[in-house]
Amino acid sequence: MTATDTRTRTRDGVIGTSPPRPDGIAKTQGTFAFSSDLGRDGVLWGATLRSPHPYARIVRIDVSPAWKLAGVEAVITADDVPGVMTYGLIEQDQPVFAGEFVRYVGEPIAAVAADHPETCRRALAAIVVVYEVLEPVLDVDAVIAGSVAAIHPNGNILRHQRIVCGDVAASGEVVVEGTYEIGMQDQAFLGLEAALAIPDSGGGGVELHIATQWLHEDRKQIAACLGLPEHEVRIVLGGVGGAFGAREDISLQVHTCLLALRLGRPVRMHYTRAESFVGHVHRHPATIWMRHHARSDGEIVKIEARFVLDGGAYASTSSAVLLNAITHTQGPYRCPNAVVEGWAIRTNHLPCGAMRGFGVVQACFAHESQMDKLAEACGLDPIEIRLRNAMQTGDRLITGQVVANVAPVERCIRETVGLPFPDEPVGGLDREVMRLPGGAGRTADAHNIVRGIGYGVAIKNLMYSEGFDDYSTARCRLADGVVNLKFATSEVGQGFVTIAAQIARTILGIDDVVIDRIDTEVGSSGSTSASRQTWMSGGAVAAACTAVRDRLFEHVGVEHGIVEGQLAIEGTDVIDTLGTLRLPVAAAAVGIAFDETAEYRHPPTEELDENGQGNCHTAFAFVAHRAVVDVDPDLGLVKVVQVATAQDVGVALNPLSVLGQIEGGIAQGLGLALMEEIIQIDGTIRNASFTDYLLPTMLDMPPVLASLIEEPDPHAPLGAKGVGEPPCISVTPAIVAAIRDALRQVGRSTELNRVPVRPQDIALGPSPQLSA
Amino acid sequence: MHYTLHVNGADREVGDAWVGENLLYVLRERLGLLAAKGACEQGECGSCSVQVGARLVCSCLVMAASAVGQPIVTVEGLSPDGAPTDLQQAFVDAGAVQCGFCTPGLIIAAHDLLDRNPDPSEIEIREELSGNVCRCTGYGRIIEAVQRVSIARRIDRDAS
Repeated sequence: MTATDTRTRTRDGVIGTSPPRPDGIAKTQGTFAFSSDLGRDGVLWGATLRSPHPYARIVRIDVSPAWKLAGVEAVITADDVPGVMTYGLIEQDQPVFAGEFVRYVGEPIAAVAADHPETCRRALAAIVVVYEVLEPVLDVDAVIAGSVAAIHPNGNILRHQRIVCGDVAASGEVVVEGTYEIGMQDQAFLGLEAALAIPDSGGGGVELHIATQWLHEDRKQIAACLGLPEHEVRIVLGGVGGAFGAREDISLQVHTCLLALRLGRPVRMHYTRAESFVGHVHRHPATIWMRHHARSDGEIVKIEARFVLDGGAYASTSSAVLLNAITHTQGPYRCPNAVVEGWAIRTNHLPCGAMRGFGVVQACFAHESQMDKLAEACGLDPIEIRLRNAMQTGDRLITGQVVANVAPVERCIRETVGLPFPDEPVGGLDREVMRLPGGAGRTADAHNIVRGIGYGVAIKNLMYSEGFDDYSTARCRLADGVVNLKFATSEVGQGFVTIAAQIARTILGIDDVVIDRIDTEVGSSGSTSASRQTWMSGGAVAAACTAVRDRLFEHVGVEHGIVEGQLAIEGTDVIDTLGTLRLPVAAAAVGIAFDETAEYRHPPTEELDENGQGNCHTAFAFVAHRAVVDVDPDLGLVKVVQVATAQDVGVALNPLSVLGQIEGGIAQGLGLALMEEIIQIDGTIRNASFTDYLLPTMLDMPPVLASLIEEPDPHAPLGAKGVGEPPCISVTPAIVAAIRDALRQVGRSTELNRVPVRPQDIALGPSPQLSA
Repeated sequence: MHYTLHVNGADREVGDAWVGENLLYVLRERLGLLAAKGACEQGECGSCSVQVGARLVCSCLVMAASAVGQPIVTVEGLSPDGAPTDLQQAFVDAGAVQCGFCTPGLIIAAHDLLDRNPDPSEIEIREELSGNVCRCTGYGRIIEAVQRVSIARRIDRDAS
């Protein structure tokens, strides 16, 4: 082969390459329009009045003082909701505005529209609300015990589900157990909630520009609350500044539309950071007890577990998060017998729902901590215990479901273990104080630093579960040699717009691909969550492009007298696989226009039965992490020095985007391990700011070594698995295991049973009065 | 109140403003310069970074009226002809952009860094840019982008 033969060389911009994001330059130049950048002449500002109490009866609301302020144009409460009074993704139990009761600190009570944000603030302050303060329900165990009255007509149990598998009396020579706590994490996307609602001129409808993860679900819920038919509500994706699960639920959508429709004028609403902390759902805080029974050689015989998730005041996706948590009890390991009980509880805490990892983050911290205990009890190292139990394709989960996907668990572990360790000496290089645990602020003594190593491995389900009709829609138009793709897939930063174009280029052999506006003028794409869009919307785009390609083959076949079945795309040419025709696609497509819409559906799933048995999940992906940390055991300070990972990705459609998901997910998992937790005291959030809720900075994040395991999954439309969630799941237990390893070296067997790990947990050990 | 700000080389009149408005609000809402983003409102995240009097500041912490008489540079002022700067191009090429909300703040902070320190070490990059929070990328590709530009500029300097 000569160097000039370019036909076999990978063309830039197709699947497997890493072309630049189409929105990249605009984002660097600040010209990309985020939802908070949208405005119109005459646009009013909206703002929300929120409850200061976790639980109270509203005795009286007097909005008249707000009306006396110049510049105030509208004040609305629950009395002004024309449609249904509540919304919710699974159970419609959350009021648009609180009616008789407020059930969490931050619950919306009223909204105003005015000429300036400062006018809005003053108007909200002027509204008088008289409360009868009630005793909040904050103790999940009291709810399970049945000793508190219901705080909602739907009751305080959001879900109770058991899994019973195999021989419940089975046991082994080795038994280890522990109780693990996971704190409430915030998604903390940077682009605060923001929306612009534009009422139709002369009509009763509204167009909402909104940063959301799921346009059609938003529309369904908004239209119901507005009392409008769905076609009167049009949703346009405003630029999304990150999501991570926090934009799956309704926040300001209905309020903004209500104000705009009331006034017949455009209204925009932007949350503040403090408001954002109470304005969206969070990762569920959880308490998980697990007991592992194993043979003396480390083979798992049975797992018993009990999960209690605090769902907060409203249901959101708690029932699905609980399902995910309990069905991932075993982790990526074989387990023939299990008894698992799970509870999701309604309390007067902040509502919880989706966050990257969706229940599996919590389960993984528990099962990986257990695997390390099991290793120690069996006299094995943490790698060996995991290899001995590693799941394979065809293994049966504790739900009875067979893992049909590629399951390279052993390879994930071995490749992670094989990645090099950091060169950096323990405690960092001389004079580089910023590399020490605690950095410049709380400088550790370099002579006291101990280095630890820890491992974590995870299984994560992909797509939606439990019988949900999960599908995605895409439309492909080919005209004048240009491909136009239309879909309602929320681009939240993950880069679907990049890979959608790559898919089209690959299938159609045309480089010029335009992504149309993302809105509800096409069928639903489902949610940008559950690591599902590469698989689902990627599948839909591929199907639509393939349909257009087939029309093109039909056209070329007629023109050239060739049976269309023997035509193929090779690079940017149409070729006759059995003859000599080779025609540039661009030439073949002159003067034609094809327009095809396709839906992609994954195979149906089932609900679990009362014993937790059923094929409830769609597909699975796997990942392993190794963390290297430097610890000052006396000050309780930690610096993560390196994270190594090998991830089962199926096919890396865009390797650079995959790496971005891996590094970004690891940062969020590191945050949960070491610093991120919403603190609520007596039902009131105490750290609703970036000063007090700590996020990993560039100094906190270590270098990441990543190995992509590419074993194409035959069930995935493009062979590619979702890659968004796995990176943030097992890195958290890996970091905590590394800290434990460091402490063991100085003779301490501190359990570190909760995340985030706090300095006092390391320095002082477990202390009941210190736990939150 | 009325005052004049000197933004990206031009005088910009701010009329009928409330005295309590910070520079971020005035840039965005009164002057239509949307590149600086508001994400924390208390100087923790760096998304609203601009230069005032050649110093990198969080515009959410600066009273707009106090910036009168000082040159202000926003991301819009870095590429007035529309062509991306070397750092802007490197951010895209290196995969340093995901949702992009932190990106303008990081771009102006990274330009500021390389202007002051053309050859920063990795730890210097981490320290200097640790005031800019990114929630998507985990920072690895951002560091890579800054390093690429630092090296490319050094090669250019050595060649000239």
